[in-house]
Amino acid sequence: MRRFTEGVSIVLGGSAGQGIQTVEGMLVSVLKREGYRVFACKEYMSRIRGGSNSTEIRIGNDAPSAYVKRIDFLFALDGDILKHLESRLDDDTIVLGERERVCHDAKRCPVIDVPFGRFATELGNPIYTSTVAVGIVLGLLGIGKEVLGEYIREHFSRKGEDIVAKNIEAAGKGYDFGKHMAYDEGVEVSFGRDESVKEALLLSGDQALGLGALAAGCDYISSYPMSPGTGLLAFLAQYGKDFGVVVDQAEDEIAAINHALGAWYAGARAIVTTSGGGFDLMTEAVSLAGMIETPIVVHIGQRPGPSTGLPTRTEQADLNLALYAGHGEFPRAIFAPGTGQEAFMLMQQAFDIADRYQVPVFILSDQYFLDSLTSLSENSLEIRPVERHIVETEPEYKRYALTESGISPRGIPGYGTGLVGVDSDEHDETAHITEDAAVRVTMHEKRLRKIIGLRTDAIKPSVFGDISRAETVVVSWGSNRGVLEESLRILGHEDVAGLHFSQVYPLAKQGLKLLSGKHVIVLENNAGGQFAQVLKSEYGLSAVDTILQYDGSPFAIEDVVTNIKDMLI
Amino acid sequence: MIDTHRYDMPNGTDIAWCPACGNYPILTIVKQAFAELGISPDRAVMCSGIGQAAKMPQYLRINYFNGLHGRALPPAVAIKVANPELTVIAESGDGDTYGEGGNHFLHTIRRNPDITNIVHDNMIYGLTKGQASPTSSKGMKNPIQPNGVVVEPFNPIALAIANGATFVARANAGDIKESKEIVKSAILHKGYALVDILQPCVIFNKINTYQWFKEHTYYLDENYRSHDRMEALRIAFDLDRLALGIIYQQAGAPTYETLVREGNDPLHTRHFEVEKLRKLITSFR
Repeated sequence: MRRFTEGVSIVLGGSAGQGIQTVEGMLVSVLKREGYRVFACKEYMSRIRGGSNSTEIRIGNDAPSAYVKRIDFLFALDGDILKHLESRLDDDTIVLGERERVCHDAKRCPVIDVPFGRFATELGNPIYTSTVAVGIVLGLLGIGKEVLGEYIREHFSRKGEDIVAKNIEAAGKGYDFGKHMAYDEGVEVSFGRDESVKEALLLSGDQALGLGALAAGCDYISSYPMSPGTGLLAFLAQYGKDFGVVVDQAEDEIAAINHALGAWYAGARAIVTTSGGGFDLMTEAVSLAGMIETPIVVHIGQRPGPSTGLPTRTEQADLNLALYAGHGEFPRAIFAPGTGQEAFMLMQQAFDIADRYQVPVFILSDQYFLDSLTSLSENSLEIRPVERHIVETEPEYKRYALTESGISPRGIPGYGTGLVGVDSDEHDETAHITEDAAVRVTMHEKRLRKIIGLRTDAIKPSVFGDISRAETVVVSWGSNRGVLEESLRILGHEDVAGLHFSQVYPLAKQGLKLLSGKHVIVLENNAGGQFAQVLKSEYGLSAVDTILQYDGSPFAIEDVVTNIKDMLI
Repeated sequence: MIDTHRYDMPNGTDIAWCPACGNYPILTIVKQAFAELGISPDRAVMCSGIGQAAKMPQYLRINYFNGLHGRALPPAVAIKVANPELTVIAESGDGDTYGEGGNHFLHTIRRNPDITNIVHDNMIYGLTKGQASPTSSKGMKNPIQPNGVVVEPFNPIALAIANGATFVARANAGDIKESKEIVKSAILHKGYALVDILQPCVIFNKINTYQWFKEHTYYLDENYRSHDRMEALRIAFDLDRLALGIIYQQAGAPTYETLVREGNDPLHTRHFEVEKLRKLITSFR
């Protein structure tokens, strides 16, 4: 008898092109509509067809929000996936698959046979295999048969009644099969449902950022495709037209960011999206933005480097890149969302801060975050009014007028009667080139002063647990919010609290108070402890322990719990 | 006499160009073209890269974006898209446009934005003190290649025509009157317009002097059919006698800004409907 009352981890694995994504999409939608809290993440190879890819779907009572290594049910679509996921399988894992496809030696096959071939013959076409698979999972869990029917009617109706009927038949066959299998294997699933989840949104990191960009009044995106940064470009290409967003695929990353700077200079709000390698090419223009004080928003979807690295895997090793990109000294701000809600909010914040302070602003995400799906409440997505920080110019207008805050009112060409010049050379208040040392010092200090305001406006970190009582505080940033929150919940240790930073530079001063006198452990996906270094330099903390992982996969909750336990002894 | 005072910087403005530099007549050419077309300085933007030519926007009254080496074109394209009502000029040297910015040159031509690309082509690097540029002639001796340039020069005219540029012209900085007319036509052209202006570098280029240009150039006559692409290519490949004037022109091609956006309103005046966004968000249920 296998009873699942807290949660379950289902993994679909196979090669690229076998329809894993389709199954995942249907499954999570149906589960969410049934009121189950779901989380899904994926790992895949850098190839178009073949290889071994997998998607993990978690359902649970306590809003699952991170990756676990444990696999309760593995749907194997081919034999290679068993080898690929070997380290995550144990005696408790129930493996389902078509025996003749999955095992070379059918006699010694640990797989519960799912005769996809027979279903295809009965249905007259193998294209219904994905629907059969969804039916089987739902049958196994004993939930969602009617909702799956609704979903099929909604999504396939434009393909005709016949297709709808065939899919419903396929779903039914799968469901019955799954139900019988659950009976045979003694599987029983019962966990809580939440009525509010039925109305919740189901968003990937990409989609949350994309919706956030629309809410931020983004007018222009110019980018060159690079995984995993391309999703945002594709999102705005798909939905941006209705909102008047100009979408430009540039010839290279250098062009992309120089386009974006031109757009900002002329009054539009622009963004570029890329990954570390593409961003390397943009760094000269980041320095330009620092000098000409033209705003810019840069999204970096991180993946493991150096160089091409692991193109489809995850890492958080480009914090230093964003922090130090561009020659010379100039202020900047860096955000790193940990939830869909944060992504939506921070995108608006990024545009506002860039616009207000006329500095480069970065959003750091990663493959794991961008590809993960979570449910979140629609009410949690606040749309703030777009405030364009531009002024109508007069004939005496000076683009770089000296001010106490360091922020000069930003005019744009064609709005007002003044002239607006920007120059990459050191310049005076009127944007004319100078080599006067005194002017240089004055202008440099004017630009650098903006860090004071940026620091004041920095977003406070989020606290998990009773931080005032805790002796140990585990810190994470960006995509490692969910894993920290869930791991601490499982650990259930009153002396350990968590702190998550969604703004990683400059740091809000409140964080220092929370961390003073604590045993600080920083959890991050890199080898150098980059955020640990930021904590030291920003807060002056002396000793900081780290839990680091840089194998291209996200932190698993089990590993984090073990690691924290080990560090408490 | 054409009155260009509205574009003039105040007397005493320090100019970083050498005496007798070919950039001075080009400055005059641009100011006169603007004046005759009645372009208001506050409704025009000049984008430039880095180099002596790229300092141009510092020496006339106009909005300007003086950015990075080789990157005059990308901001120019985006500025035109963000506000199609502005007159946008990208102005830089041969090294900046054809060398460092070569990829942008190729792909901006393909986009056909309604901007004018003025290239000060002195066939040498001036500001970095006399190295070869992409257009330096083969065999030209310079500090990096003491035995002379070993590769063939870049042919911007032939490349632009072959790549689909809708307006391609060559002018001579030594002839203000004719060059001004060419620049005016380029600004009036709806689409990407290249004006490659032959220009002497009196300090470093001892080959391509005012006299050399006089001897090696000729004007296309009024019978020349500038819409004939194959004929234009033939002219472009003639490097012994360099043709001056509008070598190729194609009217009516759609411009980039009309392809990627609707209307002419500056993008900063755009407001999205919050309700529409709410609806989109709800569709992710």
